[in-house]
Amino acid sequence: MNQRPNNSRGGMPGGAGRRAGSALILLAALAYLTPLIWMIALSVKPAAQAGSATIALLPRLPEEAPVSKASPGYWAALAAQASANYREVWSGAAADFPTYFRNSLIVGILSVLGMTVSSAVAAYGFSRVRWPGRDAVFVLVLLTLMIPQAVLMSPQFLLFKQLGMIGSLLPLWLPSWFGGAFSIFLLRQFFLSIPNELDEAARIDGCSHLGTFLRVVLPLSKPALAAVALLQAVATWNDFLGPLLFLNREEQYTLSLGLQMYQSQHGGTPWNLVMAASCIVVLPVLGLYVLTRRFFVEGVAGQGLKE
Amino acid sequence: MSANRTSRGSLATGLAWISPWAVGFVVFLLAPIAMSVYYSLTDYALLDSPVWIGGDNYAELAGDGLFWRALRNTLVFAFFSVIGSTLLSVGLAVLLERPTRGAAVARAAVFLPTLVPVVANCVAWLWLFNPQYGLINSALGAGGVQGPNWLGDSSWALMSLVLMSLWVIGSPMLVVGAALKDVPASLYEAASLDGMTAWGRFRHVTLPMISPALTFNVIMGIIWSLQVLAPPMIMTRGGPDNATLTFSMYIYKTAFEFGRMGYASALAWVQILITLVLACGALALGRRMVYYRAA
Repeated sequence: MNQRPNNSRGGMPGGAGRRAGSALILLAALAYLTPLIWMIALSVKPAAQAGSATIALLPRLPEEAPVSKASPGYWAALAAQASANYREVWSGAAADFPTYFRNSLIVGILSVLGMTVSSAVAAYGFSRVRWPGRDAVFVLVLLTLMIPQAVLMSPQFLLFKQLGMIGSLLPLWLPSWFGGAFSIFLLRQFFLSIPNELDEAARIDGCSHLGTFLRVVLPLSKPALAAVALLQAVATWNDFLGPLLFLNREEQYTLSLGLQMYQSQHGGTPWNLVMAASCIVVLPVLGLYVLTRRFFVEGVAGQGLKE
Repeated sequence: MSANRTSRGSLATGLAWISPWAVGFVVFLLAPIAMSVYYSLTDYALLDSPVWIGGDNYAELAGDGLFWRALRNTLVFAFFSVIGSTLLSVGLAVLLERPTRGAAVARAAVFLPTLVPVVANCVAWLWLFNPQYGLINSALGAGGVQGPNWLGDSSWALMSLVLMSLWVIGSPMLVVGAALKDVPASLYEAASLDGMTAWGRFRHVTLPMISPALTFNVIMGIIWSLQVLAPPMIMTRGGPDNATLTFSMYIYKTAFEFGRMGYASALAWVQILITLVLACGALALGRRMVYYRAA
């Protein structure tokens, strides 16, 4: 945490200003972590203490006879309380989180596969194949980014109803097999940065477009493909409106929808259990982020690329 | 190098490559949008077939109090949310730009809430905002201040949602951060030699150089905040007293709770129109104020 002041950048205010800056940085980090920290803290508390006005990150445990937090018995009691809360959420009768988890996983994997493959194919067509009207059609791709979801809500629902897909997971992942505007945009930018000499060499070696795509462009584009896959994974995992519109039976619920139902059911679930359920929903996304931070940053920052 | 690079290919080859996108565009976007135009001119109860009524849905809007309420709520939310998150994302990007480990960790911390599923985020904030035992009012109480009944008070509820939206600024912050990296160091050196203060450097060097990124953020912010739906739906159900009924939520309720697909489609087209006008307005304003670097 402690950062030695470095004086390599000239013209900066020294001592006091730098310390004020560091304090501000710490404050910003803490402020933005606050909701997550308390989500985790509440998830390991007994129900009564999660709904109390006393500000305390750690609960008083064991409930009947609280002991000092320095004693080893305290941490054993905390572990027991945590495991009781999480077990109640995971295997309790109030909700079926293992099923929600499985559904989210199925939808997530199918969406990521579909989005990455189909967007890469389309992006190749928008970058390395030359055809009349290509750039005009690409503008159309970008324009679709501006369509508000609310406009598509009713007609898409009716479309999937006509196709008999309401109440199945299909509407949640099928559209991703037809590419996404932002993914195509991101991959096209990357494909354009690959030197043309490479596919000319491939062509002289007798490679078709398909061969060039598979053997030259794709292997060189792993970071961009990873960024697209990760952004799609997070978007699918977090989607709330899609499941709300298209699913109607509990066996089909994804984690987001399941969590919302769990939170709002009959007069409210105790806070400690709701927060434990939230942690279960959040954890996979955070784990993915920690493991693959670099690709995320590149993908999101890529939005700002000049035209 | 050569003038005819990537000249392989023809219309047919090109269309074949983009066919996954083209088919999806027609089936999942163009067709629904065309259907939506038609439905907006019909009376369409979810379980019956649509009946043509011409412009009646659009005429009904004028006298629909909930429509005006939802429109006002959404514009107020978007106004404060876009301004707040734009200022905050620039401030944080500048603050966290320094090449230290602490700043890198803080950048990750600020970005994290952007990744948290919206339902989980709403659940966490429901507790933070709780008037009796939520963290915010407990902290205010410890300082001797009686906090408001955030989501339960119709004069605070919408602003509570604005406040919460300021925690989801990871993307605009990264976009500004990337733009800051592209500002040539030589410009700062020249400004320092001219005796500019830190504020002067920010105002006359940084701000003009990152203005395209800011325009982009403002436009995306407008598009996103005008369609806010999940937080009011999960946290307040549009209440209290319709204080947080947003436009998208009104469309959802009209279509799926009241079963009026036709009227919902008309509402949706009003939303497209407003989004388009505001986004184009921001773009035009950006054009006037933005400094574009000569290539």
